Amino acid sequence: MNIVIPIKQVPETSNVKMDEKTGTMVREGVESIINPLDLYAIEAGIQLKDRFGGTVTVISMGPPNAEKAIREAIAMGCDGGVLVSGREFAGSDTWATAYALSESIKKIGAFDLILCGERATDGDTGQVGPGIASFLDVSLATYVSRIVETDEKEIVVERLIEDGYETLAMRLPALVTVVKEISYPRLPTLRGKQKARKTAVPVWAAAEIGIDAAKLGLNGSPTRVVKIEMPKVTRGGKIVPAPDEESAVRAVDGLVDFLKSKDFI
Amino acid sequence: MTYAGVWTIAEARDGALRQVSFELLTRGRKLADKRNTTLSSVVLASGISDETVRELIKRGADRVYVVDDPALAHFTAETFSNVLVKLIDTYAPEIIIAAATTSGRTLMPHVSMRTHAGLTADCTDLDIEEGTGNLLQTRPAIGGNILATIKTPEFRPQMSTVRPRSTKPAPVDASRTGEIVRLPFDPALRDGRVRRIGFKANEGEEVDIQSADVVVSGGKGLKKAENFALIRELAEKLGGSIGASRDAVDRAWIGYPHQVGLSGKTVTPKLYVAAGISGAIQHLAGMKTAETIVAINSDPDAQIFRVADYGIVGDLFEVLPLLNERLSREVGSK
Ligand SMILES: Cc1cc2nc3c(=O)[nH]c(=O)nc-3n(C[C@H](O)[C@H](O)[C@H](O)COP(=O)(O)OP(=O)(O)OC[C@H]3O[C@@H](n4cnc5c(N)ncnc54)[C@H](O)[C@@H]3O)c2cc1C
Ligand SMILES: Nc1ncnc2c1ncn2[C@@H]1O[C@H](COP(=O)(O)O)[C@@H](O)[C@H]1O
Repeated sequence: MNIVIPIKQVPETSNVKMDEKTGTMVREGVESIINPLDLYAIEAGIQLKDRFGGTVTVISMGPPNAEKAIREAIAMGCDGGVLVSGREFAGSDTWATAYALSESIKKIGAFDLILCGERATDGDTGQVGPGIASFLDVSLATYVSRIVETDEKEIVVERLIEDGYETLAMRLPALVTVVKEISYPRLPTLRGKQKARKTAVPVWAAAEIGIDAAKLGLNGSPTRVVKIEMPKVTRGGKIVPAPDEESAVRAVDGLVDFLKSKDFI
Repeated sequence: MTYAGVWTIAEARDGALRQVSFELLTRGRKLADKRNTTLSSVVLASGISDETVRELIKRGADRVYVVDDPALAHFTAETFSNVLVKLIDTYAPEIIIAAATTSGRTLMPHVSMRTHAGLTADCTDLDIEEGTGNLLQTRPAIGGNILATIKTPEFRPQMSTVRPRSTKPAPVDASRTGEIVRLPFDPALRDGRVRRIGFKANEGEEVDIQSADVVVSGGKGLKKAENFALIRELAEKLGGSIGASRDAVDRAWIGYPHQVGLSGKTVTPKLYVAAGISGAIQHLAGMKTAETIVAINSDPDAQIFRVADYGIVGDLFEVLPLLNERLSREVGSK
């Protein structure tokens, strides 16, 4: 089974700092990591490879240093990776990103399965996975929580939806976006890290992939960001101390009144 | 081609419309009025009656396009996308809004690639730009740290998904009239590559936390699985669903479908109650847009208090039983 996993390099957001004046993220000193939700896809891919053989190739579109994300995925157990990089890709929205990645995946060659993260923690759209499936015209399932079984022709997956889990049988090739429940990502091993250092990671620009540059970057992107604001984080709500039973009773009374005033009771 | 009109993508299940369909009409009506155009709803379903879809008209739609076929009984990306793309090619709407549900967030990107349309995910606000008439779409990004406003100046249609529960459903006005247009399903649009072969409904407790008005969540501060009973009781009293932090889910105190946050679900309920949750940025990313937030935590410096409208700094094992008891009396005395 040949598997391709698009992974995105994102800023580590657990201690994100914002420039209050410009409303942009302070990137200095912020570490770049593999989109944490893509780790579940990587783990699911490696497990499938361990059971059925084949290869796992990661692909990332981003700046030159996104190579680090690819090497990290190789250190976890992926076989190789491709970096899609060049100025022509800058400013791509989800349409242009999905287009560029789908063309790049065609160049990688025959595949059975593409695994994506549910969404990236920076852009946070979850649109690129379904978008790639649309461009490549392969079967699509999103929010997949479990791979039930698979053979050469078909994969059976469980999908987490609002009112339960549905089981889908999908003809291969297919694209699946996964949720956290699907796996518990392993850590890179020492041997993996050595292998990652030795593996060549090709860098493809638009010309190498043979894609229409008019469909890339800002030119190819239907959407434009027109304004960025920082929402006010602190709501300045009423905070009531309740260190002992007496004050707890009073705090609960206050809360009940508050909930009544908002018609929740 | 000239593109005109606003569309909403209604959601149906088992012959009934889901409430989010009416929420979309609240947004759609406002946009259509500002654009001085008509509002249509699209219903892709199996076995849905005129009487049922007429509710969309009573709640604000001028027209309803219905495609009704057994192939549309359950959502599959390919077939739904084929049908919607065909409708867009035929009628050329200017704006399409869908729900940010598991199906809406799958269907819309699939369609937007094929129509080369701009699509903005998970919007919390939609408006029309003065002068240009472009759709202005506002959405949180980077874990809710910023609010970005996005538009699609040149490509049409302009498409967005909006969070369930982020607006009220449009009210019924029985005197409203409009047309129901039933369109035949073209069998050539049926794509058999993905088949739905099973379904396991959520058992017992409400876990559809994304469409709940009230979500009561517990975190690591609960100390063990059994103590979720406190959360369950409060949720029951407030008529809400049960949420959880990742730490509670990872400890298997409760199932993953309950997880709120970056690697779980994003919820926008009217009331969110967090007990024993510290309010890490990844948790906040999933609940920050709730209308009202109540927090109970023993640590006065817990981040959760920054987003709380009402916070109690105290021991949840003291506060929750008191609260549950008070609520029993409130309900009893009514
Ligand atoms: C990539 C990534 C994705 C993540 N995704 C998510 C996600 O989707 N959802 C999520 O929730 N987290 C997520 N996290 C984890 C997140 O960073 C936090 O670790 C997690 O939210 C903490 O859960 P908690 O608040 O229950 O536990 P803690 O942070 O341990 O907080 C427990 C709180 O309970 C309070 N407490 C203890 N005892 C009592 C008592 N008796 N009475 C009252 N209060 C008490 C404590 O003061 C403390 O504030 C993610 C992290 C990463 C890196
Ligand atoms: N630049 C990128 N390079 C590789 N994969 C990507 C890129 N952007 C998004 N993806 C994939 O698409 C998923 C959803 O991303 P997004 O639509 O940006 O939320 C991610 O989890 C990745 O699997």
